[in-house]
Amino acid sequence: MEQRLIANKKELTLKGFFLQWEWLLVLLLIGVFVMNSNLSEYFLDSANLRDATMGFLDKAFIVLPMVFIILLGDIDISVASIVALSSVIMADLYNHGVPMELAVIICLAIGTICGWVNGLLIVKYKELSAVIVTLATMIIYRGIAYILLEDQASGKFPSWFKFLGWGYVGGIPFILIAFVFFAVVFWILLHKTTFGRMVYAMGNNATAARFSGIQVDKIKIIVFTLAGLMSAITALFLTSRMGSTRPNIAMGYELEVIAMVVLGGVSTAGGKGRMIGAILAVFLIGFLRYGLGLVNVSAQMLLIIMGVLLIVSVAIPQLKQRFAYARRK
Amino acid sequence: MKKFFGIFLTAVMLVAVLSACGGKNDGNSGGQASGSPAAGGDSGAKKKFAIIYKNTGNPYGEKEMEGYKNAIEELGYEAILKAPDQPTAEAQITMIDELISQKVNALAIVGNDPDALQPALEKAMNAGIKVLSLDSAVNAESRMLHINQADPERIGRTLVQGIVEMIGGSGEIAILSATSQATNQNLWIDWMKKELEDPKYADVKLVKVAYGDDLRDKSVSETEALLKSYPNLKGIISPTTVGVAAAGKVLTDKGLKGKVQLTGLGLPSEMAEYIQSGICQWMYLWNPLDVGYLSGYAADALVNGTITGAVGDKFTAGKLGEKEIIADGDGTQVMLGDPFKFDASNIAEWKDVY
Repeated sequence: MEQRLIANKKELTLKGFFLQWEWLLVLLLIGVFVMNSNLSEYFLDSANLRDATMGFLDKAFIVLPMVFIILLGDIDISVASIVALSSVIMADLYNHGVPMELAVIICLAIGTICGWVNGLLIVKYKELSAVIVTLATMIIYRGIAYILLEDQASGKFPSWFKFLGWGYVGGIPFILIAFVFFAVVFWILLHKTTFGRMVYAMGNNATAARFSGIQVDKIKIIVFTLAGLMSAITALFLTSRMGSTRPNIAMGYELEVIAMVVLGGVSTAGGKGRMIGAILAVFLIGFLRYGLGLVNVSAQMLLIIMGVLLIVSVAIPQLKQRFAYARRK
Repeated sequence: MKKFFGIFLTAVMLVAVLSACGGKNDGNSGGQASGSPAAGGDSGAKKKFAIIYKNTGNPYGEKEMEGYKNAIEELGYEAILKAPDQPTAEAQITMIDELISQKVNALAIVGNDPDALQPALEKAMNAGIKVLSLDSAVNAESRMLHINQADPERIGRTLVQGIVEMIGGSGEIAILSATSQATNQNLWIDWMKKELEDPKYADVKLVKVAYGDDLRDKSVSETEALLKSYPNLKGIISPTTVGVAAAGKVLTDKGLKGKVQLTGLGLPSEMAEYIQSGICQWMYLWNPLDVGYLSGYAADALVNGTITGAVGDKFTAGKLGEKEIIADGDGTQVMLGDPFKFDASNIAEWKDVY
C-alpha cells in the first residue's frame, strides 16, 4: 500500500498555494464566465446570474455530505431515491390532511432515517461495499415512492411553500442563502473539527484509524445519515420549485452530485480533497450549463461537454502526478 | 528549477483553459446555428419565439418543432428550439429559466407535467413573455392559450372503436401510454375508459395502462411485460408515436401478427412497415407539422396583440386559414382538426411526408 502522510499543517509556499486544484477550478470558473459572456449578451446580468443559481443549487445540498462520503473512500448512489421518497411522503401526508409544517419535518426525518439505514447496513455487513448497499437501497427507496404514489403526481401545496424554491430575501434567492449557510457549516465540520480530521484519517487508512481509537463505525453512520438529511433538504427545495412531486423526480441526481464532488478534486480513492473544491465545482458546472443553455446548445451536446469535463478533471491530477514522478527520477 | 517548473505548469493550465474556451466557442456557434438558423449578428432587434418539447430523440416532437420553426421563419422572426434529454418537468423548468433570461417574446411548451411547470411559467408571464402550450397542455393558470391537435373525446373514442373492431368485439386489451403525467395521453385514456363503459363493450376488458415514458427501450420492455403478464391479451392501444412503434416492433419480433392487434397514434414514416405487414391494420394521427405551425402563428398573434387568448378571438394561421379560440375547461384552446386514419391503402403516400 502506498504510504501517505497526513501533515498537521501543510508547508505554505507561494508556488504550492497557487498549484492547488482549487485554483484551477477558480481559473476554470473565470474561463466559464469569460466564455459565457462572449457567447451570450444575457449572461453577465446580475438578475440572470442570481436567478440561475436557483436553477442548479437544489442538488448542491447533497454535494456537501457527499464530500465526506467520498473522502471515506465510499460512495452513496441512493441519494436521489431518498430525495424522491421523502418528497413523495411529504406530499402524500399533506394531501391526507397533515399540516404542511409537520409534513416538512417528517420529510426531513424520513431522509435522515433513510441515510441512517444506509450507514447501518454498510457498517453491519462489512463484506458488502457501499456501492452495493446503496444500489439496493436506491431501488428500494424509489420503489416505496412508486408504491405510495404509483404513477401519479401529488402537489397543491400551500402558497408559502413556494417561497423555498422561488423566494428572495433582500434580493438574494433564499436557496442561495440556505446553501451558503450549509456550505459554511459543512466546511467547519470538515476542516475545523476533530470529526473532520477523523474522516480524513479513515479515508487514508481505515484500519490504522480504527487502531488509533477512532470509532470508525460511528463516524461512517453519522456521515451517511448526514447525506440522508441533506437529500431531504434537497427534496424540500426541489419540490418547492416544481410545485408538485412524482416518484420519478430527481432521476440521475446522484451521478450529477458525484460528478461535482469528483470535479471538485475529491479523490475517489478517499482521503484527499477539500470542501471548497466541491463548492467551486457546483458553481462551475451550474454556470457552465446555464451559459450553454442560454445559447441553446442541444441537450445531447450538453451531456457530452459535461462528460469531457469530468474525464479531464479526473485525468489532470493523474497526469500531474506522473509528471512529478518523472521529474523526480 | 522548481520555481520555473511551477510557473510553467501554471502557464500550461492557463493556456489549456483559454484554448478550451476557444474550442467550445466554435462548437457552440455550430450548435446555435442548427438550433436557430435565423440567428445572425443582429440578435437584438429580431423577435424571438421559443418552443420546448418534452424530450429529444422523438421524431414526432422534431416534426412539431419543425412546423413551429417554419411558421416563425415565414413571419420573419427567430425560432429557438429546445428539448431536454429526459422527459422531466425539472429539465423543462431549467429551460424556461434560460429562455426568460434570453428575453424571448413568446414561449410555446409541450408540457411534461400539467402542474409542476406552473411557478416557472408564471414567472415567464410576469416577465412579459406570452406563454402557450401545444399538444400536451399545462394547467390553465400556467398558459394563455393551448393548441390542441384534435378533439380528445374523438381520439379516445375512435381508438377504442378501432381496437374492438380488430379483436372482434371481445377480449382483453391494454394501453401503452407515454409518461404517467403526460396531460394529453391521460385525457385520451380517460375518454377511452368512458367509451368502454358503454354496455356494448361488456366483453372487452381493459387490463392495464402501462407507461413507456416515450422512451423506446422502456416502451419495448413494457410491451413485453404486458404480453407476459396477460397471456390472453388480444389488443394494445398505444396513443403515442414512440409507444406504438415500439409495440409494433415487439409484436413483429415475437411473431404475434393476428394474435395481438395494435392500433394507436403513430407516425406514418415509422409505422409504414407494420401497417404494410398487417401487424397494425390501421392507426391514426394528425400532422405534427401543422400542430407546430399553428402554434407558431398563435404565438405571433399573442405577441402582436391580435389575440389575448380569450374565447372568441380569431386569427389567421398562414396556410391553415382562420382559427377561432374556444373554451377548454378553465382555459382556452384552438383546435387543429380531426385525427386522420392511416391504413394499407394510403400509408405508401404518407410515409414520406412525416
